[in-house]
Amino acid sequence: LRPCHVNASLANKVFIQRDYSEGTTCKFQTKFPSELESRIERTLFEDTVKTLNNYYAEAEKIGGQSYLEGCLACATAYLIFLCMETRYEKVLKKIAKYIQEQNEKIYAPRGLLITDPIERGMRVIEISIYEDRGSSGSSSGSSSVSGSTAR
Amino acid sequence: MHLGVSESMRECEYSQISTRSSTPMETPYKKRTPKKRKWEIFPGRNKFYCDGRIMMAKQTGVFYLTLILILVTCGLFFSFDCPFLAQQLTPVIPVIGGVLFLFVLGTLLRTSFSDPGVLPRASPDEAADLERQIDVANGGTGYRPPPRTKEVVINGQTVKLKYCFTCKIFRPPRASHCSLCDNCVERFDHHCPWVGNCVGRRNYRFFYMFILSLSFLTIFIFAFVITHIILSSHQNGFLSALKNSPARYPFTVPLVVCFFSVWSIVGLSGFHTYLISSNQTTNEDIKGSWSSKRGKDNYNPYSYGNIFTNCCAALCGPLPPSLIDRRGFVEADVPQLAPPTNGITIYGSTQSQQSHTCDQDQCIQSTKFVLQAAATPLLQHQSSEPVILTTSPENGGTLPGRASLALTGPCTSLPLGQPTPPTSTSSLSCHEAADNNPLQESLFQHHFLTPEEVPSPPGMLHCGSPMGHSHTTQAGFYDPASQDSLHEDSVRGLVKLSSV
Repeated sequence: LRPCHVNASLANKVFIQRDYSEGTTCKFQTKFPSELESRIERTLFEDTVKTLNNYYAEAEKIGGQSYLEGCLACATAYLIFLCMETRYEKVLKKIAKYIQEQNEKIYAPRGLLITDPIERGMRVIEISIYEDRGSSGSSSGSSSVSGSTAR
Repeated sequence: MHLGVSESMRECEYSQISTRSSTPMETPYKKRTPKKRKWEIFPGRNKFYCDGRIMMAKQTGVFYLTLILILVTCGLFFSFDCPFLAQQLTPVIPVIGGVLFLFVLGTLLRTSFSDPGVLPRASPDEAADLERQIDVANGGTGYRPPPRTKEVVINGQTVKLKYCFTCKIFRPPRASHCSLCDNCVERFDHHCPWVGNCVGRRNYRFFYMFILSLSFLTIFIFAFVITHIILSSHQNGFLSALKNSPARYPFTVPLVVCFFSVWSIVGLSGFHTYLISSNQTTNEDIKGSWSSKRGKDNYNPYSYGNIFTNCCAALCGPLPPSLIDRRGFVEADVPQLAPPTNGITIYGSTQSQQSHTCDQDQCIQSTKFVLQAAATPLLQHQSSEPVILTTSPENGGTLPGRASLALTGPCTSLPLGQPTPPTSTSSLSCHEAADNNPLQESLFQHHFLTPEEVPSPPGMLHCGSPMGHSHTTQAGFYDPASQDSLHEDSVRGLVKLSSV
């Protein structure tokens, strides 16, 4: 997922690390990174991270529904997952949709891009910061490689 | 001299070609080769089957033994004992036996073939960012600090998170690095050779179900084989029942196997039942992490407080998906950041999205980095991926120290600590894989971009032939070919010295 602007190139990446204060459940730190100070409002950023945290909490919640799913799966020797999605997977799809929506509405207009944490092993939320070059740059994918070959 | 040089260049080309075709772990050349799946470039020491659907550890011999033992014992039981028992007692016995057997097999295969919860290794940018943060925290010295830890407070208990040098991440709590599989695994319990896989977050419940059902199965078979012997002896006499040639083995084999299994498997089930009810891993229990002997205030921060909740959470909790996406396709290089302008320190690095970490010991890795460090000053005016080199903590030494020990020939005069990225060194390393020398081969097995992908700066061609370089010339940067051979020699020299 990259911005469509041909003129934008990758300037920096910010990594939001995991918050383990509540154990091993998936939760990200809501601390506002200094690199984003000039790019986005603090509240918008915090909202995004908090919503993501809520989604993950929902996915990993241990309650009636998850027990039911677990017992049913065990009883069917886990064959039920051939036709049914686990709750976790359903929530992950919701998260992917949410991130895409946030990117389109809020982050891309500010030259930022959020990478889904699942693509980074749920370790970090990677936020790429793009700079508008103005000149005809190649797409960011090959900028680093072609740049050095030119040298 | 020139002839030798051009020959070496030719050899270089040939060996390049052979590298491409022989090494399966190289990243694909997008234009020519078809897209590869991610499991094909997976950096850990796992084996994959069925196009990435099945994932196991490298050593699977004992797993096959487990399978054979179960199949043979059950086979004998069903063929010889069941007909008799069905006749004499009730046909329900084989049915129950059959159900148990299928359950055991299902859970065993599920445990063995699934991803235990492997944590994917950090992308180069992530690793670089972490390194920068650690560097800042340590005051920006040029020397790599001792093993890195981070402390977090979880539910009132202070837990130390360790930095994994292979995976370049701070391990989440309860995660551990399995040295056999060379992966960090979430909620790592243990590596079980009997199932041929690690037991971690994603397959612990299957493992537990397996040993529990196997205990029931062994007790079941044991009990009914004895019943068969007793009933037979009532009819024909005890000794003749045993002496019956065709029937001898069906008695003795299941009996012997089950007798020994009962004690071990039942014991293991009991142990894991205890672990589940107290929400601990085998790892934690063995280390006594949450034992009250360590301190009065030491308690398990992960426990839910009561046994029932702990059991339900472990067995019926949500099953997280695999983080390593084995069957996904390897995508084109994602945008990488330019190197930092203030690169003072030297750390460890991976060079691309699809880089493979050397699956050798840490000391070999560190040697590799030493070589990088030594070769780095030879490279000028490069700026592509950020370079971070490090030494491993196990070897204890700081980078400059090791490098100075290892430096030889033309490299000795060159200072260390230069931040220029060794993109060409990566091509060197890549190329070395073609070498027949096992030492070098083990050292340079990938980890970096292929020669094609590495931007070739003018004058820094792909490495020269791995064979037949006996000269160590001075660093002549004006001649590309001799520069290559120079690199080769210095690198080889460093390799040999570092390996001592």
